[in-house]
Amino acid sequence: MSRFETWNKDRAREIIAQHAEQDGAALPILHALHEAFGYVHRDAVTMVASALNLSRAEVYGIVTFYHDFRSTPPGTHVLKLCRAEACQSRGGDALAARAREALHVDWGEITADQRVTLEPVFCLGLCACAPAAMLDERVFGRLDAQLLDTLLSATRQL
Amino acid sequence: MSRPRIFVPRDAGALAVGADEVERAIAAALCRRGIDAEIVRTGSRGLFWLEPMIEVAVQGARIAYGPVTSADVEALFDAGVLEGKPHALRLGKPEEIPYLKRQTRLTFARCGIVDRLSIADYRAHGGFKGLERALSLGPAATVEEVVRSGLRGRGGAGFPTGIKWRTTAQAQAPQKYIVCNADEGDSGTFSDRMIMEGDPFVLIEGMAIAGMAVGATKGFIYIRSEYPHAVETFGRALAAAGAEGYLGPRVAGSAHEFDIEIRVGAGAYVCGEETALLDSLEGKRGMVRAKPPLPAHHGLFGQPTVVNNVISLASVPIILAEGADAYAAFGLGRSRGTMPIQLAGNVKYGGLFEAGFGVTLGELVDDIGGGTASGRPVRAVQVGGPLGAYFPRALFDTPFDYEAFAARDGLIGHGGIVVFDDTVDMARQARFAMEFCAIESCGKCTPCRIGSTRGVEVIDRIVRGENQAANLALIEELCATMKLGSLCALGGFTPYPVLSALKHFPEDFGAAPDRAAAE
Ligand SMILES: Cc1cc2nc3c(=O)[nH]c(=O)nc-3n(C[C@H](O)[C@H](O)[C@H](O)COP(=O)(O)O)c2cc1C
Ligand code: SF4
Repeated sequence: MSRFETWNKDRAREIIAQHAEQDGAALPILHALHEAFGYVHRDAVTMVASALNLSRAEVYGIVTFYHDFRSTPPGTHVLKLCRAEACQSRGGDALAARAREALHVDWGEITADQRVTLEPVFCLGLCACAPAAMLDERVFGRLDAQLLDTLLSATRQL
Repeated sequence: MSRPRIFVPRDAGALAVGADEVERAIAAALCRRGIDAEIVRTGSRGLFWLEPMIEVAVQGARIAYGPVTSADVEALFDAGVLEGKPHALRLGKPEEIPYLKRQTRLTFARCGIVDRLSIADYRAHGGFKGLERALSLGPAATVEEVVRSGLRGRGGAGFPTGIKWRTTAQAQAPQKYIVCNADEGDSGTFSDRMIMEGDPFVLIEGMAIAGMAVGATKGFIYIRSEYPHAVETFGRALAAAGAEGYLGPRVAGSAHEFDIEIRVGAGAYVCGEETALLDSLEGKRGMVRAKPPLPAHHGLFGQPTVVNNVISLASVPIILAEGADAYAAFGLGRSRGTMPIQLAGNVKYGGLFEAGFGVTLGELVDDIGGGTASGRPVRAVQVGGPLGAYFPRALFDTPFDYEAFAARDGLIGHGGIVVFDDTVDMARQARFAMEFCAIESCGKCTPCRIGSTRGVEVIDRIVRGENQAANLALIEELCATMKLGSLCALGGFTPYPVLSALKHFPEDFGAAPDRAAAE
């Protein structure tokens, strides 16, 4: 089952209202929407813009500037593999290639069965236990081919 | 006998290698054996090759075991772990492990030892002494104490923290801010994360001292979204500190008001740059601002703002508690105090090593780090994150110090060292530096936005052997343009890893090995 709610305008309006009063509300609102729905729906851009008295272009600019924010729904699970130098030094590139091949996706894409979105991440701060990965909310260090395969098969079962 | 205590780290680095599973196995074993013991969740001591490393308190001393898996737990109990009895995983007193024994733990004095969320434990280990002394000294003398300590910004630029505070203290404005930069984007660094997860109160104390010293009543901490555990732990610590009166309208019973709010980043490396961070906090795209005006005069929402790295702020309590001179007694030249150095990547003993400035790169990598984890020879190390230079073994006599690294076209940055063995392809690393710059550029400057993409293409041509001489000249020219024509260090310092790779490892670019020497 997806960890996210399906897009719902009323629910989005509620979330936006909860966060709109603070200074610099755009990021907290977008994070909250993301947490609920897994992405920023097209209509949410308009709604955030009118709540914060910004233009739609400004909000769209914010959404696209930050790597975290997706504009389309992710898979049931999100697998993030660290692509930064410390993980490179421990064979991170080869593991990333293995994951892309096993899932038949490139970075940022979703598998055909809609179960997994594969995303790059530049550092999880687990650099002394490299290579590192994050599957949904859980972190994994000392990743090797075997552990990666275990994670990949977990995404098919959970 | 008092209730036994078992310490299990909850640092993300320990969680990533199974600390929660170990904790659950311990809880189950206790239950099954009918033992009434307390499991205390701590930060990490920073000896990551030994994680998950658990500790027990035996007659006032700690005994460590590690690396423990959940499958080891039953055998540990059978062996008598609660009495500190022998077992193959027994490490003895953690303080006696050479890696820890050789360190000078000032900023990290409590990390991995205390219950990370207990104010009582924090106080019992010397917490809030710095704040108490700062409150008795008053704002001006507190600022001067930080100036005298010689503390320089640990985020990368190394600007004297006390001078920054003085500037903000002298500014007149209705509202001032303390902004803690917890964006820790450099690969190979994790000290900010360890403090937020392992000793969050020291950072809260440091921010409260900063607020009192410069006259700021509001603090923000900008934590990167890649650190969900730090966000959670720090949030709980803020609530605990507020409940005990260390934050709020009367900080520790004084007349000073101070509150802290957490904001979470959204995966943009450039938002670690202080002015981009301020734009991001204001709810905009994280675009770098031209300086002046300095944030100290015109920062968050246009108000005077101190922007400091986590470690800079977390070092302030001990400076106030022990005095500026005690802190400045450590170090080398203009680099005073201690630096939490992070050994990462392909290194045998990866972890956090806090020491006075001056230890050499070779000691750090070969001696303390034990060489590579793969067992192959060390070929290159990148110091200071993705904008830092690659150093060959020939430069391993460089002392860890801001000026010494600068003199060799490098930087210490936030103190991260990433080790590579002899399988590394340095042309690939140079290409990645350019690629990373292209991905993360805020887009304001052409040399950074476009130059980095061109840089990737030129390196590809060099590696393919196309017009090598001309393309080698072109990449150097491009790097010179990026250095000169970039507003911030993302575009301005990306040439460091690229040019250092070219200079020290020309053979990886298909160039004659003696090219650099012949120049
Ligand atoms: C591209 C870029 C990224 C940066 N990332 C960080 C960071 O993640 N954390 C940090 O403390 N400083 C970072 N800095 C440095 C900050 O701009 C600034 O110097 C620092 O926050 C000041 O605090 P300090 O004086 O306590 O070091 C970065 C700078 C640049 C140019
Ligand atoms: S150098 Fe790059 S990241 Fe820095 S301000 Fe210019 S375009 Fe932005």
